[in-house]
Amino acid sequence: MKTKLMAVSAMTAAAALLLAGCATPADPGAGGIVFDVPDVPMLEALGDAEGSVDIVAWSGFVEPAWADTFTEETGCVVNRRVAGTSDEMVQLMRTGDYDLVSASGDASLRLIVGGDVAPINRDLLPNFGDEIVPGMQGQLYDTINGKVYGVPIGRGANILQYNTEVVTETPTSWDVVWEADSPYAGQITAYDAPIYIADAAVYLMYHQPELGITNPYALDETQLAAAVDLLKQQNEIVAEYWADPVAQITSFVGGTTVAGTSWEILRKLAADDRMAGTLPQEGSTGWSDAWMISSESDSPNCAYLWMDYTSQAEVNGAIAMNFGMAPANGAFCELNDEAAAHCEEFNALNEEYFENVWYWTTPIEQCIDGRTEVQCTSFQDWTNAWATVKG
Amino acid sequence: MTATSTPAPPLPAPRPVRASKPVSTMLYRHRWMRLVGLLSLPLTWLVGLYIVSLALLLVTAFWYIDSFTSKVIPGFTLDNFILVFSEPAYINTSLRTLGIALAVTLLSALFAVPLGIFMAKLASPWVRAVLAVAITLPLWAGYLVKILAMRITFTEEGLFNWLMTPFGISGPGFSIPTVVLTLTYLWFPYMALPVYTAIRQIPVNLFDASADLGARGFTTIRTVVLPLLWPALIAGSVFTFSLSLGDYIVARFVGGANAQMIGSIIASNINLNPPVAAAFSVIPIAFVVIYLLVTRRTGALERM
Repeated sequence: MKTKLMAVSAMTAAAALLLAGCATPADPGAGGIVFDVPDVPMLEALGDAEGSVDIVAWSGFVEPAWADTFTEETGCVVNRRVAGTSDEMVQLMRTGDYDLVSASGDASLRLIVGGDVAPINRDLLPNFGDEIVPGMQGQLYDTINGKVYGVPIGRGANILQYNTEVVTETPTSWDVVWEADSPYAGQITAYDAPIYIADAAVYLMYHQPELGITNPYALDETQLAAAVDLLKQQNEIVAEYWADPVAQITSFVGGTTVAGTSWEILRKLAADDRMAGTLPQEGSTGWSDAWMISSESDSPNCAYLWMDYTSQAEVNGAIAMNFGMAPANGAFCELNDEAAAHCEEFNALNEEYFENVWYWTTPIEQCIDGRTEVQCTSFQDWTNAWATVKG
Repeated sequence: MTATSTPAPPLPAPRPVRASKPVSTMLYRHRWMRLVGLLSLPLTWLVGLYIVSLALLLVTAFWYIDSFTSKVIPGFTLDNFILVFSEPAYINTSLRTLGIALAVTLLSALFAVPLGIFMAKLASPWVRAVLAVAITLPLWAGYLVKILAMRITFTEEGLFNWLMTPFGISGPGFSIPTVVLTLTYLWFPYMALPVYTAIRQIPVNLFDASADLGARGFTTIRTVVLPLLWPALIAGSVFTFSLSLGDYIVARFVGGANAQMIGSIIASNINLNPPVAAAFSVIPIAFVVIYLLVTRRTGALERM
């Protein structure tokens, strides 16, 4: 396990050096992806459990089915607070009232750089080992400057869902939801959040290589403008945008939309045989969630116990099945037939599938693709741009 | 007068009434104490919770934001206001919201007046009771439940299209007209009730007099009923207008692709960029203040 870890970190370091070398040979530290992160100490050794732990989580991540067993084993009572969006999670963590958060990639960078979360001591987490799938280790959004900040929970892709009654052939490209001459114009749905700009960037990355986009979350002003133009073109053929999962399901089932962005779990929840999903050739955006511990946690021991407990194959798998995503712990897939079927459905062990998936990451002014000669656009720029798309 | 703070020795005679009510006595003597007792609770609520929190929000409109961590930094900048007033998409959104709020108000008034006249003057007591319940019934259901009900009604394969297809009519789908309809549905009781109450108070003999003088139905409504109704209509419209102005959930659920409202932008910025959200929240406040000033000029507020 150690050697593999070493290899990964050595490769990351080498890549960073390479990028740094290309950009500014004189200043090896400034290039690449090195962030100015507040120095927050990590927990050195486990002490006695404090008796309770406060967790901000997505709906379905903390359920009595596995939280009660945890309380029995450790004596830590679990207090759950469900958050609806990444922004809400960031706000809640800033209050300092919570010990843990199930952060997605678009929240984690902000939390780390803001000094709101502490680095993780992997020695205290025996279950955070080799069984965690390789695609979820050492990602930019949870490993910064060589420090690990997140314990992976699960991941998923934003797929292209379509109604097979209308869209009779499996679309191989996202062009059905982007191009003005789409045969399904007027019946398209799109995700209603600024982060959806990255989906336009993924499409442009494939179809307009001359724009030079190499990471959909590192867009300079020209690239953002191109993405916004594409989104405005899409706006003409969109029936409605969705932010609420229930609204998306009723939109598909009610026939208002026949094609658009979705999650595997929503397709499943729709319980409608007409709905199918695919990952088109351009690839897609996606999300990857990880437990992060607050830098002001007053129950760090219970928090570590929880992170370790939920990294076990059985518990991690239970969360993944309940939420509808690919589990981080690959060992879960070998537990039984039901688990294997779930892993198959959500491509849990299919790294090739996830190679095409760009996990949500907070866009920031420092270009995370390593460019230093330009300034990239921040999430605030994206939020303003998003308002102009629907304006 | 003697002090009654020490327990009085047991007396065969009944104790004086005044001595047994020290609080009342004190309040009776000190006028300011009465005022404090009466006003402290509502004023704490109004100033402490309402005005102060509102002011704190508005102050952030002049503050900066750390673009990476979304943390608010106190300072002074007008950039947020410049952004709100210079971006065409934001101006469009403000005007669209204003249009929707006005349309909802007009539509509610249009429905409320004939309904009020019918209920107050023509319907039998039994029908009147049924209608009063029917108007207030939607208030019993949850706000989201009503919006989702409208969503299901207007979805492509929903009730509206199912009913109308035989006549060759297809519904508005999810669009701005549907937003106006849904908001009207939500806020109609706030217009209908004051209008109905006002019409009930119009003496029947005014209708008779109007008819005796040769006025037909519509002339009576225009020249007799409407002028008397004006204060009630204004009161109702303040509700429908300001409630519509602040709403964004309706736009999200039945608005389709192009119904972004002021609230939508505030909601998308409130966590990520609070200063812009605060700057934007000034616009509906300005709209409502202008609306109240205009209605005040008509004199309706004094007669309310």
